[in-house]
Amino acid sequence: MRMMPRSRPPRVLPGFGLTLGFSLAYLGLIVLIPLAMAFLRAFNLDWNEFWAIVTAPRVLASYRLTFGASLIAALINTGFGLIVAWVLVRYPFPGKRLIDALVDLPFALPTAVAGITLTTLYAGNGWIGQFLKPLDIKVAFTPLGVVVALTFIGLPFVVRTVQPVLEDLEAEVEEAAASLGARRWQIFQRIIFPAIRPALLTGFTLAFARAIGEYGSVIFIAGNLPMVSEITPLLIVSKLEQYDYNGAAAVAVVMLVLSFLLLLMINLLQRWSRPGRG
Amino acid sequence: MSIDIQGLYKRFGEFVALDHISLAIPEGQLVALLGPSGCGKTTLLRIIAGLEYADQGQVLFNGEDASRRHVRERGVGFVFQHYALFQHMSVFENVAFGLRVRPRATRPSEAQIRAKVGALLELVQLSWLGDRLPSQLSGGQRQRIALARALAVEPRVLLLDEPFGALDTKVRKELRRWLRRLHDELHITSVFVTHDQEEALEVADRIVVMNRGHIEQVGSPEEVYESPATPFVYQFLGHINLFHSRVHAGWARVGHLRVRVPEYGDAEHAPALAYVRPHDIDVLREPEDGDTTLPATVQRVSSLGSTVRLEVMQTPGGEFAEVEMTRERYAADPLRPGDLVFVKPRHLRIFLNEDPQPVAPMHWHGDGDGI
Repeated sequence: MRMMPRSRPPRVLPGFGLTLGFSLAYLGLIVLIPLAMAFLRAFNLDWNEFWAIVTAPRVLASYRLTFGASLIAALINTGFGLIVAWVLVRYPFPGKRLIDALVDLPFALPTAVAGITLTTLYAGNGWIGQFLKPLDIKVAFTPLGVVVALTFIGLPFVVRTVQPVLEDLEAEVEEAAASLGARRWQIFQRIIFPAIRPALLTGFTLAFARAIGEYGSVIFIAGNLPMVSEITPLLIVSKLEQYDYNGAAAVAVVMLVLSFLLLLMINLLQRWSRPGRG
Repeated sequence: MSIDIQGLYKRFGEFVALDHISLAIPEGQLVALLGPSGCGKTTLLRIIAGLEYADQGQVLFNGEDASRRHVRERGVGFVFQHYALFQHMSVFENVAFGLRVRPRATRPSEAQIRAKVGALLELVQLSWLGDRLPSQLSGGQRQRIALARALAVEPRVLLLDEPFGALDTKVRKELRRWLRRLHDELHITSVFVTHDQEEALEVADRIVVMNRGHIEQVGSPEEVYESPATPFVYQFLGHINLFHSRVHAGWARVGHLRVRVPEYGDAEHAPALAYVRPHDIDVLREPEDGDTTLPATVQRVSSLGSTVRLEVMQTPGGEFAEVEMTRERYAADPLRPGDLVFVKPRHLRIFLNEDPQPVAPMHWHGDGDGI
């Protein structure tokens, strides 16, 4: 047997083998193995059983609510997060640092606390709820409440992804655009927005993904009415409480696959919208 | 379009960037604002552009007050030191930008835009790069695109902020000659900021030398180089030698050397500074009659291509001076370190040392390459 040639062309950036190996091992341990467990569990069922569980009307309703409310919340966060980031980057004002720190609070707060607080505020006799009641708007214990909770927990993502990109934007580029006759809106639309679009999309993706998996804050405000305001994670938990491990795993698998497909799609969108490809 | 600047004053916090500056820029000229960093030249340019507003004073375009007009409405083309190209747009779209953002009523058709951008890319000799992204271009190419983009809106004034500052020496030299030729073709009133005296001397019709928020001198390149109005201009343009001197009754003394200075007829034993350019000094083997030479010893000899530079030290005073001579002259009588010589300044300029500020702590001083 002949010896393989020993020397490979050296790489400029060292440590590729080591770091890739580490990354894969780490991802495997932390992400893939637990996820694989869910799949293995679900495979205890045969196809018909699996299909019956994951397409039960109550389960389908929960998918719709989870993904729909998450999408709406992520969209709201994209819009408002952009405005918050814009204000924090562009204008000096008293208390700016305080507001900057405030943005991260939804990360730090235990989600159950957030849920209880929001429920108290938005209930029919709560501080905000009492004003909404005469308008016939019910937030607590409705799908709207779910959106509110998911918006709350997803706020920091867009702000924190867009903020550094906005900070790095050169003022000169905007000045150049203005000297060429562009109006403010045109500068935003043609210069600033294309520059922050990837960060905005990343922030949206993170907020969306976080909202899909959110459990703690939602269950308090949602009221959890089957078919109306019951989210998929809650359904999984209640199946677990009934010792229906296989059923829980089946629903979880569908959620995983759907989430993965959505995130993959957003990633492709991201790649497609990168400068120079449009 | 002519530009009139009247009494501009601008402060950033405690720092006075422009201290009541007035300046007239005639139509069609290429003017350099020259000065060290922090002298206010960029601030002045940005106020002309409308990217910055003055605290006091006015900017008139063709006699019309434009001080409060937005940059968008001033009709200026601005070129930035770091190009400020739109990174996500192709070169073509960068140049087309100013046309595309026009209100619908005045916006040219797509075909007109294509023709115009094509012509501009032709003008900057980069028509083959239209599809590229700015990040795929070299620095010199980027700056030419930035210029084409500024010209696309047919500005009445072209303003360039250190346009070649970020480029390497060779490209810089090429580009500034090219800019000069372009200006000769287009005759658009242009103002460019630079801290490079060589650039200003080579390219500009007129040079405005600035220092600490003031204008020190305005003149043609010959005027500011040959007859500097102030010690600062002397020091800033080209290399100089500086000697300490005393002026008394119309005569200045530098060591044994005596120079007639009728303009300071009534000065009595006043401290003064004598300036002489390195190429305005003769080096002799023997002293001359009539107090026109200073004894010195040669310290160092260095060859700089077409010229030879000698460093000499005055024998009694210990002051250093730099002498430049052509290679041929040096070859006719090669001097060695340690040789005793007599230096004879051909043009010596005396300034009374009233204001000790502009005197550099060095005995000779200069910026950039020698002239």
